[in-house]
Amino acid sequence: MNRRHVKKKISTTVGRIYATLLFLFFYAPVVVMIVYSFNNSRANIVWQGFTTKWYTKLFHDSMLWEIFGKTLLIAVIATIIGVVLGTVGAVGLKNAKFKGKKLIMNSIYFPLVIPEIVLAVATLLVFNMGHIGLSMGTIVIGNATLVLPYVYITVKARLVGMDPSIEEASLDLGADRFYTFMHITLPAIMPGVMAGAFMAFSLVLDDLIVTSFLANAETTTLPMKVYSMIKKGVSPEINALTTIIFGVCAVAIAAYLIKDLITSIRIARKRANAM
Amino acid sequence: MTKTSDVVPETPVVKKKHKDKKSFKARLSSFIMCAPISLWSVLFILLPMVLLAFMSFMTKGALGRIVYKFTLENYAEMFKPVYFTVIKQSLLIAFWTTLLTVLLGYPLANFIASVKKKTSGILTVLLMLPLWVSGLVILFSFVILLNSSGIINTFLMNIGLIKEPLDLLYNNFAVIIGMLYMFLPFAVLPMYSSIEKLDKGLIEASKDLGAGPVKTFLKVTLPLTSPGIFAAVILTFIPCIGYYMVTDMLGGGTSMMVGNLIYRQFTISRDWPFGAALAMVLAIVILLMVFIYTKLGGDLDDLGA
Amino acid sequence: MSKTIVSLVNVDKWYGENHVVKNMNVNIAEGEFLTLLGPSGCGKTTTLRMISGFELPTTGIIKVQGESVEKKEPYQRDVNTVFQNYALFPNMNVFDNVAYGLKVKKVPKDEIKTRVKEMLKMVQLEGFEKRRINQMSGGQKQRVAIARALINRPKVLLLDEPLGALDLKLRKQMQIELKRLQKKLGITFVYVTHDQEEALTMSDRIAIINQGIMEQIDTPINIYEHPKTKFVAGFIGESNILDAVVLNCGEDGKALVGTEVGRITALDPEHKFQVNDPVAISVRPENMLFSKTPVEGFSIKGVVKEHIYVGNLIKMMITLNDGTEIKVNRFSAEDLAQVGDMVYLYWDLDKGIMLKEKNLVNTDAARDIEGGKADDEDE
Repeated sequence: MNRRHVKKKISTTVGRIYATLLFLFFYAPVVVMIVYSFNNSRANIVWQGFTTKWYTKLFHDSMLWEIFGKTLLIAVIATIIGVVLGTVGAVGLKNAKFKGKKLIMNSIYFPLVIPEIVLAVATLLVFNMGHIGLSMGTIVIGNATLVLPYVYITVKARLVGMDPSIEEASLDLGADRFYTFMHITLPAIMPGVMAGAFMAFSLVLDDLIVTSFLANAETTTLPMKVYSMIKKGVSPEINALTTIIFGVCAVAIAAYLIKDLITSIRIARKRANAM
Repeated sequence: MTKTSDVVPETPVVKKKHKDKKSFKARLSSFIMCAPISLWSVLFILLPMVLLAFMSFMTKGALGRIVYKFTLENYAEMFKPVYFTVIKQSLLIAFWTTLLTVLLGYPLANFIASVKKKTSGILTVLLMLPLWVSGLVILFSFVILLNSSGIINTFLMNIGLIKEPLDLLYNNFAVIIGMLYMFLPFAVLPMYSSIEKLDKGLIEASKDLGAGPVKTFLKVTLPLTSPGIFAAVILTFIPCIGYYMVTDMLGGGTSMMVGNLIYRQFTISRDWPFGAALAMVLAIVILLMVFIYTKLGGDLDDLGA
Repeated sequence: MSKTIVSLVNVDKWYGENHVVKNMNVNIAEGEFLTLLGPSGCGKTTTLRMISGFELPTTGIIKVQGESVEKKEPYQRDVNTVFQNYALFPNMNVFDNVAYGLKVKKVPKDEIKTRVKEMLKMVQLEGFEKRRINQMSGGQKQRVAIARALINRPKVLLLDEPLGALDLKLRKQMQIELKRLQKKLGITFVYVTHDQEEALTMSDRIAIINQGIMEQIDTPINIYEHPKTKFVAGFIGESNILDAVVLNCGEDGKALVGTEVGRITALDPEHKFQVNDPVAISVRPENMLFSKTPVEGFSIKGVVKEHIYVGNLIKMMITLNDGTEIKVNRFSAEDLAQVGDMVYLYWDLDKGIMLKEKNLVNTDAARDIEGGKADDEDE
């Protein structure tokens, strides 16, 4: 058709090719990781033939499962602390007035903007100078601090979109502040809470810096284990485990998308029927 | 104006500042909600930073002990050639990573913003997925891909393009590739959101007024999406300097970042005061950048999503 | 009339250095439709929010049914509010929105069902129970908000510009419905608006608030015909206001006042003014008369500048010597003077209202209220 149309078509095609190339860059290592989980080599640097033995081994490797379990536990607890602190704090700080509020609000962003290693060593100093022994608890505290700003920001974004008078309406109708928070505020900001929780969880699960600085000699998490293997080659077992995690995530996302698709089809049908 | 001033006679000159009156229960509930996050921030964010600053002025004793005596030695030490080279090099790597991230990420952000809302949602999820699962494990795939008998070299040799394997691993090239992999997705998000917020009418208007696509981009699109770009710069540059894993994994000891240096002071060298001083400098540089970012109209919240 | 249900006694509200409500004194009668009217930022919404409990007065007392409520939280007060933007709960359907107040009070489920149904019937939303809020029109949302506020059977319903978001036609319709509802239920309505027409249509009494001061509280007719302050005269309807000084006070209750442009005779039967008092004379455009020759007691003249046709009436603009514009309304073209004509202005003495020039803040407002209260008791 006309020149403008042709130009537009070319630019979308170029955009598509470009995006495909970049996604190739992002997924090539993922594919390698998955493929090499079937590699018949312990060092796992060169391909030595197909095997599923790492998966079998993984299921019998009680030590690795223990590490994985510990990592999950830390991630869950740190996420819960981060989500509760961040959510309640974001709601509370919105209307509160007190001295030093500005300092507190700015400090919440610190873990986000300063390099993780700075937060890690600074937190280590607190425990060290306070003569508090490192433990799983210290890892949880460090990670909860690390994820706090993410939860705070996502919840805050939802609060901005929320009509504050719905809280007043609830008080007006006889509900006290706790009831109002649970039944009105929380449902309204839930998408933000969930997004923050998801982000927090994936961050803690993969965290190495804060965790390795705040861990004692006995505690090892999955990222720490992986990192310790780097020099001699990451075991295909780890690849197998990551492949399984990746698979679970991919299936969950796909399921979510399919559910979304079905609802939108249903709505479209309903609309068509109503016409 | 005169009408209103007629009505109210001059009030007494003493202006009293009245506190906003709130019921006890309102104040109590506000306190209950603010106290935990405030206490946490003081204990685990502000106190650590204060201690870090304190530690950076202490003296290193024998066997990694800390002697509580004020000194500026730690800061002076950074200018020693050994350390200064590392600082220079990590700034260089961070610079190139950031530049490439923005240059490569902007068109991608633009593409994601141009497709249907639903598709762009799926694309952002796909973009983040590898990092959500485990950046570290997937990063190791680059060792498999890039080493001298790795996939890329084997492939290139098999098709006869090269005779000798290329040195792809354990150098700055590999480090920058790894950094790009870790930070590009994070950088695309704020750029995407600022492009998406852009008023499409402005671009149409600029084109209607006879400006070509290049001129429109330079004069309209770029300035309006600059907060997103600056957010991307912060999101790449900051963690890049502190992130020691990529250099450790793909740099093979040849390249070092400030992050590696700090890591060493707290592990192998056991020179905590010097490590603290390095961390302080890093923190101050970054807070300065963030301060400029907010002064330019950037929103801190954009750095978190 | 009947007894007082809400009273504000010497209520002051400060926000930092802003004095937003100044010594407010008002008694609201049971079953009354009272409107708080004033320009935006005058303190009317703050006054309402102090009654509902979202704000606390800096000083002063608020009583509901004779009981002081400052210590009571919003959820402990027997008043309910209809919010400006409806403030419906987006995560609930119509039924759950309306039922909220009952659920909070743990009313049995069966009773909730019947009462919600009853309420929805009253606001003409039967069969909408399962509707989601985002599927409702503005008018429907408004009805849900009213039903939700009324289900707790409050003694007083507070309405904060509830019709502000609706278009003109719907607003007129809702005005009539609201008034009907209020008569039927016999509940006290305290209604905040900046729309004077709305206030004049619906209210039993109107309180005019300006810069935190209650200027006058009275029936719509009295407010229109006997404004007590210059602000009220200017704010309600159109008025020609002339600043003047009292020159002479007659024994017969007639006073002679002088303006920049001439002399006026005004009525002061209660002898409220003394010689040299600054005053303002307010005359409605429809009461303004003119003549080719001077009229006894008046010596103001001006030149007809233009005629403006506004549907069923014609506005004649007359410019006085000092540049003041005077509006004269006529219904027929035959009653007009030609543009460029010089005319003398006058009016029936009882149509020219003499007002105090300066409004003395506290004492004056308080005196007005006390007057109002006394009237109530007399009736």
